[in-house]
Amino acid sequence: MGAQKKRAAAAAAAARVSEDPDDLARQPLQAILLADSFTTKFRPITLERPKVLLPLVNVPMINYTLAWLEAAGVAEVFVFCCAHSKQVIDYLENSEWFSQPNFTVKTIESHNIISAGDALRLIYEQNVIHGDFVLISGDTVSNMSLTQALQEHKERKKKDNNAVMTMIIKKSKPSPITRQSRLGTDELFMAIDPNTKQLLYYEDKADHSKGTICLDKMLLAENPSISLHNDKQDCYIDICSPEVLSLFTDNFDYQHLRRHFVKGLLLDDIMGYKIFTHEIHSSYAARIDNYRSYDIVSKDIIQRWTYPYVPDVKFCGNRATKLERRGICFTAFNSEIEQSRSAQVGSFTVIGYGTKIGSNSKISDSVIGEGCTIGSNVLIEGSYIWDNVIIEDGCELRHVIVCDGVIMKAGAVLKPGVVLSFKVVIGERFVVPAYSKVSLLQQPTVHDSDEELEYADNSSGTVEFSSIQGTADQSNGEMTSESSEAHKPKLGTGGVGYIWSICEGGQEEEWRHSVAPIPEDKLTELSEAMDDDQELVTQDRTALSTSGELISDSNASEGDDNEDSKDDSVYFEKEVEATFLRAVEENVKVDHVILEVNSLRLSYNMTSADCAGAVFYSMMKLAIKTPHSSAIGLLTLYPSPFSMVASNAYPIYLSGELQQNTANIITTWQKLLKSYLLEIDEEIEIILKFEEMCLESAKEFSPLFARILHILYDKDILQEDAILRWADEKEGADESDKVFVRQSEKFIQWLREASEEED
Amino acid sequence: MDFQVVVLAGGTSKKLVPLVSKEVPKALLPVANRPVLSYVLEQLELSNIKDLIVVVEGADAALCVGGWISAAYVDRLHVEVATVPEDVGTAGALRAIAHHLTAKDVLVVSGDLVSDVPPGAVTAAHRRHDAVVTAMICSVPVSGLSEAGSSGAKDKTKKPGRYNIIGMDPTKQFLLHIATGAELEKDTRIRKSILRAVGQMDIRADLMDAHMYAFNRSVLQEVLDQKDKFQSLKQDVLPYLVRSQLKSEILINGAPQGQQAKENGNDKVIGEANHLSGYNFSAQNNIIHPSAELGSKTTVGPHCMLGEGSQMGDKCSVKRSVIGRHCRIGSNVKVVNSVVMNHVTIGDGCSIQGSVICSNAQLQERVALKDCQVGLGYVVSAGCEYKGESLARKEK
Repeated sequence: MGAQKKRAAAAAAAARVSEDPDDLARQPLQAILLADSFTTKFRPITLERPKVLLPLVNVPMINYTLAWLEAAGVAEVFVFCCAHSKQVIDYLENSEWFSQPNFTVKTIESHNIISAGDALRLIYEQNVIHGDFVLISGDTVSNMSLTQALQEHKERKKKDNNAVMTMIIKKSKPSPITRQSRLGTDELFMAIDPNTKQLLYYEDKADHSKGTICLDKMLLAENPSISLHNDKQDCYIDICSPEVLSLFTDNFDYQHLRRHFVKGLLLDDIMGYKIFTHEIHSSYAARIDNYRSYDIVSKDIIQRWTYPYVPDVKFCGNRATKLERRGICFTAFNSEIEQSRSAQVGSFTVIGYGTKIGSNSKISDSVIGEGCTIGSNVLIEGSYIWDNVIIEDGCELRHVIVCDGVIMKAGAVLKPGVVLSFKVVIGERFVVPAYSKVSLLQQPTVHDSDEELEYADNSSGTVEFSSIQGTADQSNGEMTSESSEAHKPKLGTGGVGYIWSICEGGQEEEWRHSVAPIPEDKLTELSEAMDDDQELVTQDRTALSTSGELISDSNASEGDDNEDSKDDSVYFEKEVEATFLRAVEENVKVDHVILEVNSLRLSYNMTSADCAGAVFYSMMKLAIKTPHSSAIGLLTLYPSPFSMVASNAYPIYLSGELQQNTANIITTWQKLLKSYLLEIDEEIEIILKFEEMCLESAKEFSPLFARILHILYDKDILQEDAILRWADEKEGADESDKVFVRQSEKFIQWLREASEEED
Repeated sequence: MDFQVVVLAGGTSKKLVPLVSKEVPKALLPVANRPVLSYVLEQLELSNIKDLIVVVEGADAALCVGGWISAAYVDRLHVEVATVPEDVGTAGALRAIAHHLTAKDVLVVSGDLVSDVPPGAVTAAHRRHDAVVTAMICSVPVSGLSEAGSSGAKDKTKKPGRYNIIGMDPTKQFLLHIATGAELEKDTRIRKSILRAVGQMDIRADLMDAHMYAFNRSVLQEVLDQKDKFQSLKQDVLPYLVRSQLKSEILINGAPQGQQAKENGNDKVIGEANHLSGYNFSAQNNIIHPSAELGSKTTVGPHCMLGEGSQMGDKCSVKRSVIGRHCRIGSNVKVVNSVVMNHVTIGDGCSIQGSVICSNAQLQERVALKDCQVGLGYVVSAGCEYKGESLARKEK
């Protein structure tokens, strides 16, 4: 129903926009610039200043994007502001962007938007986009020409109304070791039709646990040849048809441009919308997504890959700087720099107006903003120092970002990867540990899930922002002294600010996205891990194919499937176990548990035999975990008519207790188990599962096998037919397989005799 | 050249019944009036490869093939005919003759390959890359063969469709993925580790494996030893090697010979090969043996072949067909899109369309066949009409 509505609406929208194609062709090119990335990767800096206004080689990022849009022939840009929208609007109003001929910049403001999808929906409602538009975020640096891509897009659109988007991609091979691109983004797998350039598959948040890419068979049926790419980078510049906006409106659950929108379109075969790609070769395009890309793009700008958007060329919003060639590298200087004679400024460095550098200081590969004061004997390497920073004598900074107004007292050391947010003060001789983030603001409380965090935070960001404004407007006076008192020990004597604890995303991943280069030991660790991985895979494979358990003669080809279905069933088992444990803890009714397990079964596409197996497995696990409360032998509680020898090293009282636990649990949850035992096959499955457990995951049970089998029989969970059939099946098995049959021989014999008597 | 050549000639394939029989194993089935095996052997001879092992399934078939080879290639080729039990599969056949293999590399050719790619090209590419496996891959023949200029010799050529899904690197030198048989029906799974290593992989569904492989012998034998369930080179061994490449060091370490192998194990040559179905001889539009006799008003259309000593009556018409040696064809006979093998007698007024008629068969008057196969020595009685049937003598 909903889907139908959606379709109807989309069709209507499509009809509306395609009314007059000739008219559309004459439309001036529009662009939507999202001045908010809707992520939290630049925290804590972005708590106080929007990401698009952060200086990139001393120029706010948004200027690069706007300058490029203007040069690329865009006539009208809608800047969508959300977090810190006032700052963005104020900045744009004071800049020259509002007074350009043939280039209009309009702002759209909203505070309650939490994702790119919401933003596009809002823009759709405003009905300002009339033709093809460029969708870009305000943190993109590029110098590509849009002409060709635009033309391709228009031509495709003319032929096929479903070609709604053209994505710009660029070659960039991710490192095989870290599995991320040089911009610090995750590796990207894409399938592209080599002839039409249509995008067929897109996987960016790669699931590392899965070793394979799964291409739908339909894809290959429709396209005789497909190129799979691991060596391309998504530039996040999209040329869209107006339908894209209506698609967002129709699918109100689309939030993320790539994860939801692109994947949604690729999977949806009803509407048949298509996405195409355009690869750029010699021009530059990159999005600043995290600290690492900030570092890399800054270097690219200094090394002039982004020409004409480089420090020594004047484009909107920057002051031209003077270049000084030093060998083959160069350093950009501004006039009015006071530099001591003995200070050494190395290559690939940009230094802003009015910055003073003391004697014997060494600066290399860094960007230093305006009005900074750098003492003597300071070492700055690969760092980004923004405006009005005071660095006292003897400090060391390697691969760090230092925001406006920071004061570093004498002798302070910043380890690689540190980020100091606005106006932080680092105490004398204090060493800030690697990858820490320091801010005047306290870390917001941790959110539950990642997803929530990404989208919910921006709203909270705006709220926080107003409070920050308040405090920041006050002179440093009371507020700083207060916090410095409270947190003196944290940042050394005279230090002001909080070190954020690293908990989002985990410490592990911090090095991936930081400005600092990846440390050597991580690389070796990773490459070792990779080797291990491969070895494991091979071993698995040989184990699989030599064990001879595969029926098919093409056992190796089976390997892949097995791997995957195995994966699935393992997940399924885990889910069932979690559900079951929760049910036990929270005393959930059996009926409800059955419902939950049923839904799991549907979503994993399992049979009820699998369910029975998994439920039984979790019950047994629970039995092991249940604390052994008493140490009294309970063997007699379940007297079985057969004396069996507990042939194992487990103390007898322990197994007795385990048996007791098991019996209790089985009694309590027998209804759950029985609801999956529709046929005899499922019962046999349980026995097989139990056998497997005894051999592998829960060896504690192995001496108890026959007794628990008997309990299951007593509780009417297993019928005698199932047990007998299991025994029959095992007849022809290997000796090693027969351990448990042998153990329960007497019981089976008894069952046989009993049934004969009945006859 | 340190290459040993193994020609897998098969036996009496079940797929081709009734065209093949005990007397005519698959290798000797005439294609354009020559036993199919001769195409391979002649290509090998052209490449100056004269020592070869021909592996035949079944003792009877081996006897036939051996007899034919020694008669036809005496003094030209040094051929050893090895017999393996039936239904062991291609991998099984190699396993059975493993003790014969001593050279560093082994070239394995399917006996039913009709190709104009010299085997020397495959071996050279194999050597050039020091590969573990080199497989020849060609584009899938277009199903509209009748226009392309050759007769539909086998029904399987009519089946349009996909034979393999093949993944290669952009330079088309490394084989990165291959799916055959039942895997075609499933979703394609590509190992990310392989993709990471190459960056880009082109996946094609319009190529196929042409069944000519060059193997590194030690690797091949080790795989055959370890994986005793592997039956087919095409479906088991090759995909296994392709999958486990880049990890081949591990694989090799277990080898008794302890040989060094290059990391990137598998290379390939792209050759425009014509498989069994696609033989091209249409340079001359029709080939009529000078000793063939044609009656008055009999027309032989383009893309036809007429063997030596065949006789045709009046008012016959032959289109897009191959007719073997010493056939006697009556008057008013129509042969369209068909293959008629040797010593076939066709009575007056017959009409044959899209059919294959084996040697020594006899068609009496006014028989009408459409899309049929007539087995060796079968007699179709007068006036019968068949459509889409296989006709064969009862096995004794």
